[in-house]
Amino acid sequence: MAAETVVEPREPAIFDIRDLWAYYGEKPAIRSVTLKIPEKRVTAIMGPSGCGKTTFIRCLNRLHELTPGARVQGEILLRGENILEMDPVLVRRRVGMVFQRPNPFPTMTIYDNVLAGYKLLGIKLRREEADRIVEEALRKAALWDEVKDSLHKRGTYLSGGQQQRLCIARALAVKPEVLLMDEPTSALDPKSTAKIEELVVELKQSVTIVIVTHNIAQAGRVSDYTAFFYLGELVEFGPTSHLFTVPRDKRTEEFLKGKFG
Amino acid sequence: MRGRRPKGLASPFRPLVKEGVMRIRDPDRVFRFVCWGLAVGLVALVVGIGLTLLAGSLPSLKTFGLKFLWGRVWDPVNEEFGALPFVVGTLVTSVLALLITIPFALSSGIFLAEYAPPKIAGPLSSLVELLAGIPSVIYGLWALFYLVPLVRWFEMKVGAPPFGLGLPTASLVLAIMILPYAASITREVLRMVPHELKEAAYGLGATKWEVIRRVCLPYGLSGIVAGFLLSLGRALGETMAVTMVIGNRSEMPQSPWDLANTMASVIANEFTEASRDLHLSALIEIGLLLFLITLIVNTVARIIIVRLEVK
Repeated sequence: MAAETVVEPREPAIFDIRDLWAYYGEKPAIRSVTLKIPEKRVTAIMGPSGCGKTTFIRCLNRLHELTPGARVQGEILLRGENILEMDPVLVRRRVGMVFQRPNPFPTMTIYDNVLAGYKLLGIKLRREEADRIVEEALRKAALWDEVKDSLHKRGTYLSGGQQQRLCIARALAVKPEVLLMDEPTSALDPKSTAKIEELVVELKQSVTIVIVTHNIAQAGRVSDYTAFFYLGELVEFGPTSHLFTVPRDKRTEEFLKGKFG
Repeated sequence: MRGRRPKGLASPFRPLVKEGVMRIRDPDRVFRFVCWGLAVGLVALVVGIGLTLLAGSLPSLKTFGLKFLWGRVWDPVNEEFGALPFVVGTLVTSVLALLITIPFALSSGIFLAEYAPPKIAGPLSSLVELLAGIPSVIYGLWALFYLVPLVRWFEMKVGAPPFGLGLPTASLVLAIMILPYAASITREVLRMVPHELKEAAYGLGATKWEVIRRVCLPYGLSGIVAGFLLSLGRALGETMAVTMVIGNRSEMPQSPWDLANTMASVIANEFTEASRDLHLSALIEIGLLLFLITLIVNTVARIIIVRLEVK
């Protein structure tokens, strides 16, 4: 039914998701989603609240199953390997995540926050290597110039927008193949939002990005491909320019016109 | 918002409302006044206890002065009183008890907060807290019948004087008695670690143990340390169970295996038999000392909470 509205991306796919179901207890939150996510592109997951957007991307790094009673069915192939059969810890090192609200570790400095991916795992780095990783990650997250003189202050001393970019730097520091972003600007002011959006577009040169948003305009601004979810189903997927101008499904069209959501 | 109370409005003060006597704001004022009064009363009570102890210990304070603190002899017959053996006994048993209890409290707190499935965590937590509800005389009896022979057996094995009673036994009982407090506080503190922080760590590929060790424990450090100090406060004042197993010997303990006495125990043991005023006063001064030590431990706990608090 939904098959003809889900387009295959032209680019090689990094994620190949086949017949994915996700449950909370007995209740399915994601119903039979089949989708290929193109590499080094920004894919937006769009839809009204409660449509399963967040659940969907939390499946992609297996955070979903941390919720008591949650389970997943189907296949999620990351470069051909089914992540549902891998050790979740290894999956999460390859698939990073940025959350709705900035969540830097309050017990760590800015410097240590960026290195958290190494520190948490007990990986010891030489001083100059650590310095290099921190600077590189903070530069990629467009935060370096603002914090280079206060690297040893606590991460929580930054503004909300800066904290979110610190979280992006933290995720990038471990060099993930995919970066999942769960409504990363929903807790931020318009100025910080614009900065993060700019950053997302820049980052796709080095990393695949999957970004959840309930903001149609944001999806239009930052993404190459858009997936529209409704009531746990993937209604439509295709290049953002196509999906926004000539939606194939009536529900997509109505959502884009602002009839619901 | 001054004005007549509207008619027909239900209120516990309704019978008091007479035309023009009480206004809408009055219950507010009454409530504030009552709260203030009770709060001040509570503080006054603590100050009052302190003052009573101070007044009661004046004769002893005048006779011995500061020497009371480091006097090693406690001789009611010759009226020579020094508190050091009891201070040492109290501090040694309490600190040892805390050291013994910490690994158990930490691990059971971590287990209950992070590992136990909710169905088991609930009942298990209640069971741990139930330990706190057992009367201390029961702990004392249990220790007399089970711990004392065990400690004696161990003392014979290692070639120590086989009293069975004394510092090690008292410390063990105390450790068991403060365990429920230390474990519950650890569990509660770990539960308050924000979910977002744990997810951030899992999202970076951390294992459960890494999340606990590098995110949860640092985040909860101030609370856990303060909780342990509050448990220490309980151990300092515990009387009955300790009195039953410590041996009640009012001399300086010479080794960790020795019989000893604590501040709380000597008061409980000698208070009813203290016929002379100076003896009584010396006991009250010990009470004052214990009061102050407990106060200091609790204050330090507060300071640690403020100092180490995240943000």
